[in-house]
Amino acid sequence: MDFSVLVETRLREGVADPEGAMIERSLPALGFEGVSGVKVGKAFRFTVAGADEASVRAEVDDMCRRFLTNPVIEDAKITVVGAGPS
Amino acid sequence: MPVVGVVVFPGSNCELDVVEAVQALGGEARLLWHGDDSIGRVDAVVLPGGFAHGDYLRPGAIARFSPVMRAVGEHAAAGGPVVGICNGFQVLCEAGLLPGALQKNAGLKFLCRPATIRVEASGTALSTGVEVGTELSIPVNHFEGNYTCLPATLAELRAEERVVFRYVDNPNGSVDDIAGICSAGRNVVGLMPHPERASHALLGSTDGLPLLRSLLVTAGAAVRA
Repeated sequence: MDFSVLVETRLREGVADPEGAMIERSLPALGFEGVSGVKVGKAFRFTVAGADEASVRAEVDDMCRRFLTNPVIEDAKITVVGAGPS
Repeated sequence: MPVVGVVVFPGSNCELDVVEAVQALGGEARLLWHGDDSIGRVDAVVLPGGFAHGDYLRPGAIARFSPVMRAVGEHAAAGGPVVGICNGFQVLCEAGLLPGALQKNAGLKFLCRPATIRVEASGTALSTGVEVGTELSIPVNHFEGNYTCLPATLAELRAEERVVFRYVDNPNGSVDDIAGICSAGRNVVGLMPHPERASHALLGSTDGLPLLRSLLVTAGAAVRA
């Protein structure tokens, strides 16, 4: 069965995010007031063939640890968004 | 004559500068292809600057899986000198041969200019015979040179005197002004500044030469300077 996967990575809490800070500082210049906590990350969308959601999640978790994120500075949020037709 | 192997990844762009500087110091330099699973009979390995594999995903994230990296890791584990310059430093961190990570510069600017660094630790692959406290003017050329690590890692680096170079005027936001660090065995060194770009009077500085000479010395042979 194919599972659609969304992986969102972002800098860990406590790691400086200069890109997010720059965007946050720029927003008021365009009239967007009151925006705080801007964090910049990446999103990966892909399809994984697997027996069930748990095994797909375990595989993607391993993928994140070993490749998609640098665990020193990044966290990943994994969403298995549903099973498509196999 | 010590032989220095300089690894070429797709997207490396400083390999010939390193070769030139090594040869000028009387060493022999040999280019190593990233896709080979051996480094042959070299005494030291340099991972040069550039954009290995386009820096896709993160700088160094894909280069660490290049076949040659297993041999580089074995060379390092055996105590052989391994130096990562700029992108090479990023590769060493991603490969786990050095701790920490390099993220975007605090000012979000690509920096290409001379930086003054201070030698903070001796007896490493790049600072053997260089006095602690020596200040050197060496160019930096990076967007992701902001060194960061967990507080426990930083404490360990300090306690073991593994911060090899610090910026005198921190250009990129690196924690503790770190410009370069070494492994516990002191044979693996990574730094963001480019010693090979400060290796001839025509380049504006020869301050990189003592560092590269150290590499040749630790590579285990006499150097005709």
